[in-house]
Amino acid sequence: MSKSSLQQTLKDLDTKKISIRELNQDYLKKIKEKENLNVFIHFSEENVLKQIDNLEKDNSAKKLKGIPIAIKDLFCTKSMPTTAASKILENFNPTYESFVTQKLLDEGSIFVGKTNLDEFAMGSATNTSFFGNTINPLSKENEPLAPGGSSGGSAAAVAADLCLGATGTDTGGSIRQPASFCGVVGIKPTYGLCSRWGITAFASSLDQAGIFSHNVEDASILLHSIAGFDQRDSTSAKVDIPNYFENLNDDLNGKTVGIPKEYSIDGTPMEISQIWEDAIKVLEKKGVKIKNISLPHTKYALPTYYIIAPAEASSNLARYDGVKYGFRSDEIDSLDEMYENTRAQGFGREVKRRILIGTYVLSAGYYDAYYLKAQKVRKLIADDFNKAFKECDFIVTPTAPSAAFPLNEKQNDPIKMYLNDVFTVPASLAGLPGISIPFGKDKNNLPLGIQILGKHFDEQQVFNAAVSLERSYE
Amino acid sequence: MNNLIKGEKHDWEMVIGLEIHAQVKSNSKLFSSSSTKFGSSPNSQVSLVDAAMPGMLPVINKYCVEQAIKTGVGLNAKINNYSVFDRKNYFYADLPQGYQISQYKYPIVGEGKVTIDFKDGTSKDIRIVRLHLEQDAGKSLHDQNPSKTYVDLNRSGVALMEIVSEPDIRTPDEAGMYISKIRSILMYLDTCDGNMQEGSLRADVNISVRKPGDEYGTRCEIKNLNSIKFIKQAINYEAKRQIEILESGGSIEQNTMLFNTSTGKTRPMRNKEEAHDYRYFPDPDLLPLEISKEEIGKIKSSIPELPDELKNKFIETYKLSNYDASVLTAEKQTSDYFNETINSDPELKNHAKIVVNWITSELFSLLNKNNQDLNNSPVSPENLGQLIKLISTNEISGKIAKDVLEDMFSSGKTARQIVDEKGLQQVTDQGEIAKVIDEVIAENPKIVEQYLAGKDKLLGFFVGQAMKLTKGKANPKMLNDILKQKLNKKN
Repeated sequence: MSKSSLQQTLKDLDTKKISIRELNQDYLKKIKEKENLNVFIHFSEENVLKQIDNLEKDNSAKKLKGIPIAIKDLFCTKSMPTTAASKILENFNPTYESFVTQKLLDEGSIFVGKTNLDEFAMGSATNTSFFGNTINPLSKENEPLAPGGSSGGSAAAVAADLCLGATGTDTGGSIRQPASFCGVVGIKPTYGLCSRWGITAFASSLDQAGIFSHNVEDASILLHSIAGFDQRDSTSAKVDIPNYFENLNDDLNGKTVGIPKEYSIDGTPMEISQIWEDAIKVLEKKGVKIKNISLPHTKYALPTYYIIAPAEASSNLARYDGVKYGFRSDEIDSLDEMYENTRAQGFGREVKRRILIGTYVLSAGYYDAYYLKAQKVRKLIADDFNKAFKECDFIVTPTAPSAAFPLNEKQNDPIKMYLNDVFTVPASLAGLPGISIPFGKDKNNLPLGIQILGKHFDEQQVFNAAVSLERSYE
Repeated sequence: MNNLIKGEKHDWEMVIGLEIHAQVKSNSKLFSSSSTKFGSSPNSQVSLVDAAMPGMLPVINKYCVEQAIKTGVGLNAKINNYSVFDRKNYFYADLPQGYQISQYKYPIVGEGKVTIDFKDGTSKDIRIVRLHLEQDAGKSLHDQNPSKTYVDLNRSGVALMEIVSEPDIRTPDEAGMYISKIRSILMYLDTCDGNMQEGSLRADVNISVRKPGDEYGTRCEIKNLNSIKFIKQAINYEAKRQIEILESGGSIEQNTMLFNTSTGKTRPMRNKEEAHDYRYFPDPDLLPLEISKEEIGKIKSSIPELPDELKNKFIETYKLSNYDASVLTAEKQTSDYFNETINSDPELKNHAKIVVNWITSELFSLLNKNNQDLNNSPVSPENLGQLIKLISTNEISGKIAKDVLEDMFSSGKTARQIVDEKGLQQVTDQGEIAKVIDEVIAENPKIVEQYLAGKDKLLGFFVGQAMKLTKGKANPKMLNDILKQKLNKKN
């Protein structure tokens, strides 16, 4: 377990072993020391101090009172700018607070800053940000590593212990893969569990908010705080949110785990196959029944994802046109020129690439062959899972096909970069909850992650399996 | 009926279809809670959703959905239990999202039909292809500043119903009657205020021409017409333009046209190659719209009497002609007024045709002359009823009644008051009338002679003189009868 624990800190605050001010000043110090990691797009000590002042005046009991949390800079926040790591929103100050961050504020948490990400959450290395790369805190000197992406800033913030938890968003693996790369816990809940209201959209049918934390218990506390129905999001689910933390149960005796054969992919490093086997062995020892399952359409998941997500993105990002807010080019002799120059200068390469892909797959004459077909395959992928979950309670796979790679390794090879999402994308397409927990290391002593997938809205089972594996690993 | 138009070389037939955009009558927008009030100061009714701020999401306004279903029922159309909102993607300054939320493959309302009635008593069905819900765009204001365009987003996100007809319309008049009928239905249902001047109801016209019996020709679409007059003008101009091209050996390019209301001409806005690829796809922010049979049934049962039902009722109950009944029911305020008038006195039910005439010719022309509307008519239905009662019971003559109505209109007095005050009661005393006639005959011996010599037309002269003496109050029938009697006695 990492040295920090939200749960332990809450106890320490409660017993006055430490004050809110002392706790957060400690974190402020660490944040300033680690500036070189480029974790934050926005950080203001003054703002943090103001929040401490306000909380000190507040006598009410709050669940997360004084807990330092980092916010992915895709969540709109009133007190801090929101950029989505894009030049086009460089100076954007929302007048509204996202559903998820409002919930965290209501519970008394302190926002330490807005974390770096791939521009509009498009990427797997936090290297498409307009504000530069984030460096994985686990990098050795002279060999900077990628933190994964797109929520690389949030994963790094937790890994470098700059906060006690962080929000992320996961569209195709953007929480789970960086969690794996940075050796922290990251959960993407079921699509619809957390409202998308106030989250800058990438791909609406896939985007889902989630949590990074130092351990599974902390994740279970934080997810409970940000989940819930919101009538402002038509895709938000009306379900009861159990108290995951209080219900945590690491006794998996009698449960069945599904091991999908399609996740054994040629070229996967030995160490990854090894930790997968290790995890299965651990579960077996705990009395879990091992069930080999098949998810036959897995191989189509990546191409399906890279049609649907860009298609939605191409439309979602149309609003950044220089008319109403955000960046507007100076070279504007006509309306068309304003659009062209604003978007050409305001968006980075990866975002443009995906807008082009998305525009193409939705075009007249191509729609049926790409978008419509992708939607059909998406349904098949979801059906695979539904069938599999009739035979098992949860599924265990590796999170990513590699450990953290050097910072600029895949910069110019988008396809290679997209392959990073191979294990995470299927669950995203099916809308299922998935968690990544650190489980073992590679030969360079870099952390590797195990992914646990559950049934729709069965986050509790995901947490139970995760906490069980986590406790046995220590 | 001949609907053909003459070209230089031969006859042509117009083929016309309309896409009507009707603003849904609702307090708030289709996907946000901002107000839809017309004429507010620019950008005062814009929510975060309407302005497409990052992370904002649409939430369907259930009332607008109900309004669309109601309208569908009024168009005798199939209500779809399952429909989907799609995004129609294009860039424009007054389209903040960069897409319009509309319905493409699965509209909320399917096939239906409306009937239009001609003066000669015949009627015709115009088939409806579909009705779907969509968002309106904002407004670009190009004329406020020489070098700038301003954008007003008050209208952005307001709910529209797009009602698409089959190309069943053959003349500009039919197009006018069709849109009037749709307008009438919407206003009866209270699903659209029907105000064409404010843009609550506007139409795109698709038109092509062909030789009778041929396949459909290539069509052009004239965008955004907001009056029936302009619709007819635009169709006439565009049909002529197409015929000229075809007759001189050219072919029609499938264009989107704009109509210039001051020149009365159409001009191309964009051709097929320049046409947008809207990249429709289901809006992932919204769930498909599922409406249960129970909900549809509930809405159906809440629907008021529609013009066609009312028309048939009027024909049956009051033995009115199809045309009279359709004029009465074209606007809800007219049929309401008629109902109130005819129900104001049991006697009037036997004089329905007279009631119709007094409303649709006498009262309408007074209202027109004074630029007033039936809704704020100075003559109430009860008062008009009273006037008609006075006519039907021979208390006053029809001719005098016209003057009385004018007096009622300007003074606000009741018919009875005016008739009493001015002593306008018809003279129905035989003796009194006979006395006047005797006077007239005595004073005009020469003319009596001429009449008796065979100049029958001179009867009118005696009638006129007698009326003059009675100040128009003599009962015309009695006057005629007695006059003839007396003159013939002289023979």
